[in-house]
Amino acid sequence: MSATGVGARVRRVEDQRFITGRGQYTDDIHRPYETHACFVRSPHAHATIKGIDKKKAEKMPGVLAILTGDDIAADKLGDLFCGWMVLSKDGSQMKNGSHPALAKGKVRYVGDHVAVVIAETLDQAKDAAAEVNVSYGTLPAVADLAKARDPKAALIHDNAPNNTVYEWVLGDADAVKAAFEQAKHITKLTFANNRLIPNAIEPRAAIGEYEPGTDTFTLWSTSQNPHVLRLGLSAFIGLAPEHKFRVISPDVGGGFGSKIFIYPEETVCIWASKKVGRPVRWTAERSESFQADAHGRDHITTVELGLDANGKMLGLRVKTLANLGAYLSTFSSAVPTFLYAPLLSGQYAIPAIFCEVDGVYTNTAPVDAYRGAGRPEACYVIERAVEVAAREMNMDPAELRKRNFVRTFPYQTPVASLYDAGDYQASLDKAMQMADYKNFGKRKSEAARKGKLRGIGFSAYIEACGVAPSNLAGALGCGVGLWESADVAVTPTGMVEVLTGSHSHGQGHETTFAQLVSERLGIPMDHISIIHGDTDKVQFGMGTYGSRSGSVGMSAIAMALDKVIAKGKQVAAHVLEAADADIEFKDGRFKVAGTDKSAAFGEIALAAYVAHKFPTAHIEPGLKEHAFYDPTNFTFPAGTHICEVEIDPDTGVTDIVNWVAVDDFGTIINPMIVEGQVHGGIAQGIGQALLENCVYDSNGQLVTGSYMDYAMPRADNLPSFKVDYTTTKCPSNPLGMKGCGEAGAIASPVALMNAITNAIGTEDIAMPATSKNVWHAIQKTKSQQRRAAE
Amino acid sequence: MPTVAMKVNGRSVSVEVDPHTLLVQALRGKLRLTGTHVGCDTSQCGSCVVHVNGRAIKSCTMLAVQAEGAEVTTIEGLATNGHLHPMQEAFRDNHGLQCGFCTPGMIMSALDMVKRKGHELDERTIREELEGNFCRCTGYHNIVKAVAAGAKAMKNGKGASA
Repeated sequence: MSATGVGARVRRVEDQRFITGRGQYTDDIHRPYETHACFVRSPHAHATIKGIDKKKAEKMPGVLAILTGDDIAADKLGDLFCGWMVLSKDGSQMKNGSHPALAKGKVRYVGDHVAVVIAETLDQAKDAAAEVNVSYGTLPAVADLAKARDPKAALIHDNAPNNTVYEWVLGDADAVKAAFEQAKHITKLTFANNRLIPNAIEPRAAIGEYEPGTDTFTLWSTSQNPHVLRLGLSAFIGLAPEHKFRVISPDVGGGFGSKIFIYPEETVCIWASKKVGRPVRWTAERSESFQADAHGRDHITTVELGLDANGKMLGLRVKTLANLGAYLSTFSSAVPTFLYAPLLSGQYAIPAIFCEVDGVYTNTAPVDAYRGAGRPEACYVIERAVEVAAREMNMDPAELRKRNFVRTFPYQTPVASLYDAGDYQASLDKAMQMADYKNFGKRKSEAARKGKLRGIGFSAYIEACGVAPSNLAGALGCGVGLWESADVAVTPTGMVEVLTGSHSHGQGHETTFAQLVSERLGIPMDHISIIHGDTDKVQFGMGTYGSRSGSVGMSAIAMALDKVIAKGKQVAAHVLEAADADIEFKDGRFKVAGTDKSAAFGEIALAAYVAHKFPTAHIEPGLKEHAFYDPTNFTFPAGTHICEVEIDPDTGVTDIVNWVAVDDFGTIINPMIVEGQVHGGIAQGIGQALLENCVYDSNGQLVTGSYMDYAMPRADNLPSFKVDYTTTKCPSNPLGMKGCGEAGAIASPVALMNAITNAIGTEDIAMPATSKNVWHAIQKTKSQQRRAAE
Repeated sequence: MPTVAMKVNGRSVSVEVDPHTLLVQALRGKLRLTGTHVGCDTSQCGSCVVHVNGRAIKSCTMLAVQAEGAEVTTIEGLATNGHLHPMQEAFRDNHGLQCGFCTPGMIMSALDMVKRKGHELDERTIREELEGNFCRCTGYHNIVKAVAAGAKAMKNGKGASA
């Protein structure tokens, strides 16, 4: 391994601009004669729009335009859409409610977009927005997920009876029923997976600009996937043909999924820029991010796990009610279905599994992918069930897992996933050693002597990422393929520009992608530029989410590099006057086998462009190759997290005293960056389990509408983490990579809850396990224990 | 419109602002110093931290007019003659940033921490002192390492005092 090759802890190229305050985030960019947009948002969770009176607002200083859903309809813009068709068990299509960029006739959640005011300054736009007089006919709000399907609940979309989007199933109900008849023990649990608000620290923003001279649009957006945004705005919303439309995602301050989707605000900014004849800019205030970014999670689940007398798992049955919010966001339908149920087998060989998911509308913000997207929910289900089963059956939780691990690969689960490679016992053993599991009992007693409650919890997680094989995605209802693209363009002086369809918003691609190129071509890192995020530069790409940039994005680069080397060899054969078959490429040099005749990569690059030395009728000049890489399977990172907590029973405060993560990510390009991804993922998972909760009241009012009420994890809420690896290479891509971006967030909530429940001695506690919830759980447990003793 | 005269990163400036303009808006909008960021509307996230007369201040919670006559240092003012401040270097060396959005505020807060708490900062102190700075990407693990390393490196007297 070289100092800058695969596996090296190379310091990041992109840091220079970020540590000096020279990042170019969307709100940092200014366009000549730009105007400012302020959205008029619904204060009601559910209401008809009886009328919009703009008369006073239109006359206010600086106001250039006030646009509503009527203007959207008059311009015949298409609706925002959901790109993944999910079928119900009866074969019917999911019930997709209409979602125009500005509401037409009805508003369906607090924060829903009713009108936009465009003015010379932001203050003028905000002042005028406050004077836009919308008269609403309020309707009962459907805010409670559990009651959304009541026949008496108000109807949110006319085409979705009982507010039901779909009733989806996976697996074999009869097989599970038969398995349960054989089971000696059935563990049954019901719990919620609490609703979260992603809260990337950079708020969403957009600048739309129309140039009449060329009839072209340019949109700067905080998107994780500029080409997908352009495709959607062009083909579905009908703003402009793709080739007249440039989308730029500059530096983006975190996404975590929330910046994947096609949102009303950027749609309106780009559309309005032509109407107003000037650039239109918008940046979310944090309270808008709370109201109108896509939220995450929000399931209610009942799980039953059937085991035999020896703790062998026989069957698993899961029923989930999933909140999709007021409208179907771009990928929302797939998150509680295809990204969820196929992971319910966990790391275990469970012969029979059946899962039902009912997706419903409520008068809350749309719910879509948020770091982990379906897999944290699945991991919580299986790992809570397994841990509780161990406790109920008086078995060691590690032992119960070992008895059920999948040990031979490939392994076909009953829920579609085909696990390709793994060694689950290796990560469990390593984690137990790092966590000093065998001495936990001593630590627990010592803590008890000091009046504290210690607990330990496992999470043996597996996830499916590296989305996704296109044929399979299509068969499952996805509207797009999920390959990735790469151009490797060598310049005459031997510099390399890589144009990637992936986007970096914290993942360090400018460094890790360059490491691969540096190693393969034998050139220094500073001869390499990684270019992303601009549809004028990168022809097409599917963007970054689903932990795919390594396994899919870098595989495309690897394929293109192979082609560059192959072409280079052809040119070198002529330059070095040898046969094609005698040319080798190693350590940055093309060499004639068995001789000391060689030429550096840069020399051959120049020769390719100068084109003096080879027959250009047979070999084209230039050195630039392209590849589209389509994965052949999902990838399956897996591992074990062990969390140890100490709870103060007087305050309910949970101190995380140790966190061990042992992950199998296959090939690792830059361990420093991978650790950072794991740390960040674990922090978000701890946030879910301990602190964060998005709350709507019974009227659909967002109670947690700012950082005053939504508890973000801070440095003093979190421990340092112990991270290590085991490795089984991924067999399904050229680099052997599995991906690492979401694993931390997937594994961690259940590890923490398993530890807290172990400490308290009750399973009856929900996420988030705030100090108040923990304190109450302790009191309840104590009084139950007292009653039992009497 | 009132005019605010102040020194920003060693340069005297004079800007016309509405009375209700926040310091962060003046820095970003009038002086085009976009390294200081806005991440929230309740003064909690810390993306906007700058130094005013030697103290770390949340520039979203201060009016520009309150900076009349003040010396303001932003992230752009830390490097001297193209040489990074040791705290900036420490963030890079320890992978203390991912998306970079919280980073200017983190670095400015870290410098203030060193000024008040010294060069030997333990993990607990750093974590408590960073309560006013959110990061969503890093989980803080490497930020803590970076601040500790930067504090030690500053002890050798290198880098601009801020």
